[in-house]
Amino acid sequence: MKKLLAVFLLCFATAAAAQLSIEITGAGAQRIPIAVVPFAGEGALAQGISAIVRADLERSGLFRALEVPPISPPPTEASSVNYAEWRSRLADALVLGSVATRADGRFEVRFKLFDTVKAADLSGVAYTLSREQARTTAHRIADFIYEKLTGEKGVFSTRIAYVVKRGTKFELQIADADGAGEETALASFEPIISPAWSPDGRRLAYVSFENKKPVVYVHSLQDGKRHVAANFKGSNSAPAWSPDGARLAVSLSRDGGSQIYLVNPDGSNVRRLSQSGGIDTEPVFSPDGQTLYFTSDRGGSPQVYRMPANGGEAQRVTFDGSYNVSPRISPDGRVLAYIARNGGKFQVATLDLASRQTQILTDSDKDESPSFAPNGRIILLATVNGGRGVLSAVSADGRIKQRLTISAGDVREPAWGPFVR
Amino acid sequence: MRTARIACLTLALGTMLAACSGGPVSEQSPAGVEERQPGAQPGAQTQPVKPGAVARVDLTTKPGARSPLTDPNNILSRRSIFYDYDSYDVKDQYKDLVEAHARYLRDNPRSKMLIQGNTDERGSREYNVSLGQRRSDSVKKMLLLLGAKEEQVESVSLGEEKPRSEGHDEQAWSQNRRSDILYQGEY
Repeated sequence: MKKLLAVFLLCFATAAAAQLSIEITGAGAQRIPIAVVPFAGEGALAQGISAIVRADLERSGLFRALEVPPISPPPTEASSVNYAEWRSRLADALVLGSVATRADGRFEVRFKLFDTVKAADLSGVAYTLSREQARTTAHRIADFIYEKLTGEKGVFSTRIAYVVKRGTKFELQIADADGAGEETALASFEPIISPAWSPDGRRLAYVSFENKKPVVYVHSLQDGKRHVAANFKGSNSAPAWSPDGARLAVSLSRDGGSQIYLVNPDGSNVRRLSQSGGIDTEPVFSPDGQTLYFTSDRGGSPQVYRMPANGGEAQRVTFDGSYNVSPRISPDGRVLAYIARNGGKFQVATLDLASRQTQILTDSDKDESPSFAPNGRIILLATVNGGRGVLSAVSADGRIKQRLTISAGDVREPAWGPFVR
Repeated sequence: MRTARIACLTLALGTMLAACSGGPVSEQSPAGVEERQPGAQPGAQTQPVKPGAVARVDLTTKPGARSPLTDPNNILSRRSIFYDYDSYDVKDQYKDLVEAHARYLRDNPRSKMLIQGNTDERGSREYNVSLGQRRSDSVKKMLLLLGAKEEQVESVSLGEEKPRSEGHDEQAWSQNRRSDILYQGEY
């Protein structure tokens, strides 16, 4: 695995130094051994395909990518498979594929997945792509394999948003889930916090301090058009999208204190939801859109509460400890992830909403801004390592940990985007 | 002719100084034209200046020449209020400062103020926005009780995002638990 990680790092070391690099610091107990044979003809694409697929699967912590010595002639998805031989190499699964250059200059990638234990062809896909789409295609292949073998949807072709601070500059960036292919959506000399993806993945809501106070913007990623969603007297903050994308929950201080309001993404139709004398902030919708979870200090210390999404009485959700903030709900609605303070350490914790079981997932001490992967498997978070802001990822069961660092900058405020449709 | 030119120059200089003083626009009075000694006619031809025939032009005594808001000897130039950990109470030592700013707002009803609340870096960024808001709100509340008008004061929060000190210890944090007062034109 170390060697493969080295190969992975080597593959991307040549890319821009600003890119996020990923370090895996744990792994699942039972990983599926898989052989991803280099695709025949993949040298036509700069980064190839198979190395990215292997790295994706490894990074999930659920797979162990086997080393495959060069095979001559290289097998393709159409080759006949000697299942017994692959079993003897301890591979439970096998991926074969090929890359062909088409007459129009585009490429065709075909692959097939095999279950060597059951001696079964698990089918495959063919893609036509431009040179620039090689990474995206590799991520889609990894998603296909992941779903076939684990029964869950993969998140390799999803994207993440985060904020990088370099010197006096703040950049809101978007990257592939593996940290590669980053693009800057917004650069500013003033802070940017709390990016939140619209459910369709096309827009980000966030808080910008460019007007010397927090203002909520909605930013369309493709054309860079941005507009104010909430700029009332006082502070405007903590945007969260409703699952249908029709409303934003925000925290506003316009009527005194920080209280939760609903507003349409275009800034119209503002409606107050919470009515407390204390702080109410960090709202987030449950996946069914019926409930809002939020942070409130109405009980004397900041804790997570919930209330109906159209307003009404709030119930307290967290009880252990004196500081439980930044609630996020898993995509299946069953688990609450939040930041808990334990003896001066801020750590990611989960609460199973049915069983009331809590679990501390991290051993770091300055964790912030947890964000569920759209399949609920992984939680992305911001933390501090060696005095620098880094992103970290932990599997929802706490077993697998990854660290994503960026050279010459502080990374913070991660937000995992939705599944690509 | 020359006198007219001097008058023009004085006017320009006065305007410049007033603009530089950083005072609110409503505070600027138009720079005055100098007092002229009788006999100094516009267009008069060159004559030697006699002792006692020089008109003194003193810009330092004109209103708005040095704004009380930026005069280091004036309490109004003090703009920061610091807080204890997890507290938004304005400590007794800052009461004079807040009272002075309330008086200024009362005396200058067209002037406007932004109060930015700040926190140290510990904990959730969004929760810190709310804590900073509570700090700036508490200053605003005092100002209103002391006679400032609601439309003159906006309280906002920068949370932990604009630390004055970049350190990671109590000394830095105590600098960052703060409300800052800014007047229109300063933000």
